[in-house]
This record gives sequence, structure tokens and C-alpha cells, in this order.
Amino acid sequence: MEAFLLQFFIFLAASAISVPIAKKLGLGSVLGYLMAGIVIGPFGASLIHDLEEIMHFTEFGVVMMLFLVGLELKPAMLWQLKIPIVGFGGMQVVITSLLICCIAYILLPWQQAIAIGLILSLSSTAIVLQTLQEKGKMKTEAGQSIFAVLLFQDLAVIPMLAILPLLATLSTSGGAHHDSVLFDISVLPNHIQILVTISAIAFVLIAGKFACKPIFRAIAKTGVREIFVAAALGLVIGTSLLMMMVGLSPALGAFLAGVVLADSEFRHELESDIEPFKGLLLGIFFISIGASLNLSLISNKLALILGLTCGLIAIKALVLVVVSKVFNISYAERGLFAIALAQGGEFAFVLFQLAKSSGVLPIDVIEPLISAVAISMFLAPVMFVIHEKTSQKPGEEQKEETKDIIEKGEHNVILAGFGRLGTDVGRFLISAGIKPIILDHNASNVSILRKLGFEVYYGDATRLDLLESAGAATAELLIITLGDTESTKQLVELAKKHYPQLKIVVNANDREAVFEFMDLNIASIYRETFGTALNIGQSAMKQLGIDPYEVHRLKNIFHKKDVDMMPELYKQRSEEENYISLYQKHHEHLEELMKLDNNENLISLDKAWTAKNPEL
Amino acid sequence: MKKILINFAHPAKSRSNINIALRNAVKDIEDLTINDLYANYPDFMIDVKREQLLCERHDIIIFQHPLYWYSTPAIIKEWLDLVLEHDWAYGSKGKALEGKLFFQAITAGGDASTYQKDGYNEFTLKELTAPLRATAKLCNLSWLPPFAVTGVHRGLAKGKVENYSAEYRRTLIALRDSSLDINKLQQQETLNDNTPITVSK
Repeated sequence: MEAFLLQFFIFLAASAISVPIAKKLGLGSVLGYLMAGIVIGPFGASLIHDLEEIMHFTEFGVVMMLFLVGLELKPAMLWQLKIPIVGFGGMQVVITSLLICCIAYILLPWQQAIAIGLILSLSSTAIVLQTLQEKGKMKTEAGQSIFAVLLFQDLAVIPMLAILPLLATLSTSGGAHHDSVLFDISVLPNHIQILVTISAIAFVLIAGKFACKPIFRAIAKTGVREIFVAAALGLVIGTSLLMMMVGLSPALGAFLAGVVLADSEFRHELESDIEPFKGLLLGIFFISIGASLNLSLISNKLALILGLTCGLIAIKALVLVVVSKVFNISYAERGLFAIALAQGGEFAFVLFQLAKSSGVLPIDVIEPLISAVAISMFLAPVMFVIHEKTSQKPGEEQKEETKDIIEKGEHNVILAGFGRLGTDVGRFLISAGIKPIILDHNASNVSILRKLGFEVYYGDATRLDLLESAGAATAELLIITLGDTESTKQLVELAKKHYPQLKIVVNANDREAVFEFMDLNIASIYRETFGTALNIGQSAMKQLGIDPYEVHRLKNIFHKKDVDMMPELYKQRSEEENYISLYQKHHEHLEELMKLDNNENLISLDKAWTAKNPEL
Repeated sequence: MKKILINFAHPAKSRSNINIALRNAVKDIEDLTINDLYANYPDFMIDVKREQLLCERHDIIIFQHPLYWYSTPAIIKEWLDLVLEHDWAYGSKGKALEGKLFFQAITAGGDASTYQKDGYNEFTLKELTAPLRATAKLCNLSWLPPFAVTGVHRGLAKGKVENYSAEYRRTLIALRDSSLDINKLQQQETLNDNTPITVSK
């Protein structure tokens, strides 16, 4: 226990120190983790052990990342990406494999050459996606293409796992096949294996579509947050287990589960619950990659390994440039596309391991290659940084010219709280073509509203991670209709601190709440009952037979006076004792004003709307 | 230099091409204020004091608007009804607007040829804007014929819009700098096609 905690502590401390430093230097978190790995690894301070096991366990971070990526992708969007996935991805994997295979064939038997070609064609999903997300490049043209290729590569790992053992030419030392803990599918006849595999995928899709929502809804209703987290983790792990059982990549399974749930109201909640686990596991995974760099081997065979690394990056980048030309990716984005995928990937470690254990490749071939892959992964974030520095200037200036009138659909609005008040605010906005992202904490509310076609997500809006996944970083406006002063204040403070660009509109329960929000420097505050009060007053006066248009104007004048009076009242409030009497004074004042304005206004109406000169 | 106030009235700016183009063409002129009436008073609750003050602080008052039913958009009528108070705009003590230049900058659907005695609309633009001319007279304003963009229903070519915008801008600057002959302008059918005088100020 103590040993485990110590190891854990070393990992956490290393990331806590190195990542902020790397970020400060503008290098991105991935590079920070990798450096931390080198420092605490066997060739640095030698603080950690059981590297392989740790790497194996934390690979699960990749699975979680793909689940999160799936959550971002609705099925319709995935379908739209089918051409890039198969086209870019297929072409990249096939050509890269062939090229590397041909080069390797000069020195090695063809079976080994094929194995090396396949393994090295893969890129690092973990590093690339993490970096793209960090730099906010996921939604760009290059980002989408890169993602498509990575997705294809993740799919391609499955047949590679199947093909590799067939290339064996050496006598094997250990057990080639890793046994499934629960159930070994390979004991079944072939056609049943396929059937089981297909039904497992079907199960994930159908269960995700129909069973998950009611389950999550029931859990959400209990209001115990950790159970929701547990269920979310259970979902990811369960899917992965099922996929591994039928011999598929767990990352693929998690990705599918994510896609199926992308349409559900729990999307943002799931995202923010899984996110920290993913981050932690991936971080440790990157550290263990850094730590696994065999520095003594590298220094012994420096020329060979550096040559391999450069060759690997050059070949992959070249192929990517060709692919981007064939598929007409715009010129400006080609550079990013090419350098982003030019490294080896974490699956290479898994596949090299398999190649070793099933006697495909000898150890003295594998070792330098693994080092080359690790170095190329290490260089990937560096290349991102260099690319960013060199390509920034030309694109920047074109942004200046903004459109005068922005399309309403492009507005990015978050509506927090979809109760009595929020519902009508949301309906009103939607009727005008503005689709807010709605957050609500009442699960049954959410499910009904979703049936009516609102984009509503379940979750506590005062949580930073939920705000983040609702897109607060890019949103323009936050409307708070929570109806609870304390939560509203909390949310305002969060939003002001982390998203200073957000304009905020809040609903206040009463006058006191208005003042508390004014303390927080909010300009747009609306008392939730005020509008109705005026409408009721207006209706009452009309019922009494007062001229409707006159009443209408009286209402507007009253409204304006109330708004005008607020800052003054606020200023005096600091002397709490005076407040009540002051309020009464102001109320009298208001009455005075009303009378005064009434008369003033009626006179001016007379002047304006009667055809005679009042002097005559 | 005279100060210019444009009381701008367009109830559907997102669907306006020409009025926005005209407005953009002049908005950066020095000593020019644009007062967007529909934006400031979406509920028609015109702040009379503010409007009167604006008028007092400027020397040239322009109403820029599309021609609706041979007249102005509704808010301009509301503005006239409320802002032009007795003893301020007219009456024995109402001299606040005295001597200020006043004209309309209008965009009209039909071609120029339709606004003729023998044309489709039977009245000229100068005749159709007579009520405001009479109002101006009562308020001691110095009235000028309208600056008119015609034929907007068929849609104007981009080049034409640019021409009108440039002409509008040139006219406003010339009026601001008092380099146009006001008496001559008053005889014209429209404010368009004016030629700057070379007489010193």
C-alpha cells in the first residue's frame, strides 16, 4: 500500500511540477508529461518501477479519450466524415506501410518488413488529439482530417492484431496469446466468433440507444453525484471489457458508446465526469512513455536511432503531404496535417510487444525501433509548437473584416436553468432562431423538454467542468435563470473568473437579490416578477376603463423610472440601517414622480395629439 | 463648420441594403451624429427632452428613411407629434429650430420616371414630401428638397449604390462646410446633382 501510494505520489508530483512549467514555456502539457517521465524514469532519478504495467494500465486513458471524442460526434456527423476516414486514413495507412515495408525489405526478411511497415504506419492518437484539443484546432479543416486518419488507424489496429502472429518466423519464447480473463472467444468456431463479435457491437449500439438513458435518468434523479460518476466510468469500462472479450479494440468500443450517447441529454455531464480520469490516466501514460526511453541504448546507437527517427518522420510526413494533395486539403492546412501525424504511435508499443512474444521480430530489431517511435512521439509536440510559431502570421490579418449583421444561428448562448422562467426565455429565443445550450438540474424536466425538441442537458450549471463542456469558452452570452440567488452568484463568479468574454444576463428574485448582483458588477439584471406586475397593473387599469394607450404609456414610464431609481438606491444601501426608510422615501418619491410625470405626460400628449395650440 | 444630425429610421435594418450603405458612407464624417430612432425607441417611447437637445445642438437636421406609402416610417410621425412641442418648435416663443437646415434623405421603390405628373405615381417626390415642408415652415426651419435614391424595388447594381453613397457623402460634407448655394438648392427637384459653388464663405 505504502509503495503504491509512493509511486502514485511521484507521478502526481512530477506532473504537477512539469506540466505548468511546460505550459508556461508554451510547449503544451504532453511535452511536460514526457519530460517528467524522463526525469523520474530509470535513466533519470530512477524513482519509478513496473513501467510496463503502468503503461498498460494507463493506456486506458486512450480508451476514455475516444469515448469523449465519440461524445462530441453525433452519428450524423460521423457519417459525414466517412469519406475522410476511409479515404485519408486508408490511403495514409496503406501507402506508409508499403513504403516502410519496402525500405525494411532491403535488410530484413519480408515477413519482418511487413510487420514493421504496419506497426510504424500508426500515429499517436493520444498525443495528437490532446494537443489539438489544447490548441483548439479540433474543429479546423486539418483537425477534422487528422481526426479521420486517427480513427481509421484505431480501426486498423484490429486486423493488425490478427495478422501479426501469422507473420511469425522465429521460435516463440512465451505464451503468444494473451488470455481473456472472462471468456476466450477463440475456442469457438469461426462463424460463431463473427456472430458473437457482431452481436457485441449491436449490443453496444442498442443498449446505448435505449437502455442508457433511462438508467442515467434514474441515477440523476437520486441526486448523488458520485453514483453518476460511477455509472459513467462503469459504462466505459464495461464497453471496453466487452470489446476485448470479442477481440476488438476497447478504444473502438468506447468510441461507439460515445457516439451513441452524443445525442443524449447527459452528454455534457458524462463528458465532465470522465474528463478528469482521462486526463490523469493519459498524463501518467505520457510519463511512462517518457520514462521508457532507453537512454543508454540511444546513446550507444545514437546515429542509427536518430537516422531511424528522422527517416520515420520524413516518410510519414511525405505520405501525408501526398494524401493532402490528392484529397485537396487547403494549402494553408496541409502543413499542420503533415506534421501532426508524422510520429509513431502508442499502439506501436503494444504491437511490438505482440511481435516479440509471437516471434515475428527479433529483440535487436525491436529495441531501436521502439526508441525511434518514442523519440518521434517526443518530437510531435515540439513540431506542433514550431508549426504554430512559423505559420501564425499570414492567416491572422484576414479576420479583421467582420460581418455587420451576424446570422442569428451563429450566436452562442448558454441558458442556465430551465424552470418556469427559463422555459419561456428559451422558447422566445428559439422562436427567433437562436438556439441556446440549455443546462438544467432537474432530470425529469430535462427528458420531457428534450422530447419537445429543446437542446437541454442535465447537470449542475455551477460546476466549472460542465460550463466548459457546454462551450462557455467560446460562448457569447450566459443567461442565468436559476431562480436561486446563491447559485446564481456562484455561477456569475465562476463565469466572470474563467470566461471574461461572456456577457451575463441574470434573473433576480427580489430587490435584495438585484443589489447582490449589482455588487458583482452585472449590468443586465431582471426582477422575475416585475414584468408580470406591470402587465397585471396595465390589465387592471384597462378593466377600470382607463384609455388603453394611456395605460400603456403609464406602464412604460413607471418601468423607466424604476430602472433609473435602482443605481441611486444601490448607492445608499451600504448604510444598511437607512435602507428601509430610504426605500420608503424612494417609494414616496416614486409616487411623486409618477404623479408629476403623469401630468407632465398628459400635457405633452395634449400638445402632441390635439390639433390646436394650447395657448389659444 | 455646421453640425449634422441624421435621424435615421428603418424598422427592418437587417433587410435594408441601401439605407445601411448610405449610412455607412457618411457615419465617419466629422461633426455628424446618427440618431437611430428605431434602435433607441423600439417601444416608441420617445425621450422628448433628449431629442430636443439633440436638435438644439446641431445645425442641419436630416431624416433618413425609406419612403413608405408616400410618407415616412411610423416612428418619424411619432417623433414629430411628440418632439415638436409648442413653445419649443413653433408658436411665438418657439424658436429652437429657427434657421437650421432641414431635409429628407429617402429611398423610393419606383424609378425616377414614375414620380412625375404623367408618371405612374402622378406626384413628384418634392410634392409628396410637402407635409414635412409645411412642418419645416411652421418651425422656421430652412427646408431643402429631398436627397432621393429611386428604383430600389428592382434592386440597384452595386456600382449604382456606390455612386449614390458617394454623392450623399459629398453633399453632406458640402452642406456642413456651407459650400452649396441654399437658394439654388431650394429650386431643385431633389438635392442630388448639386454643384458646389466656388464663392468664398
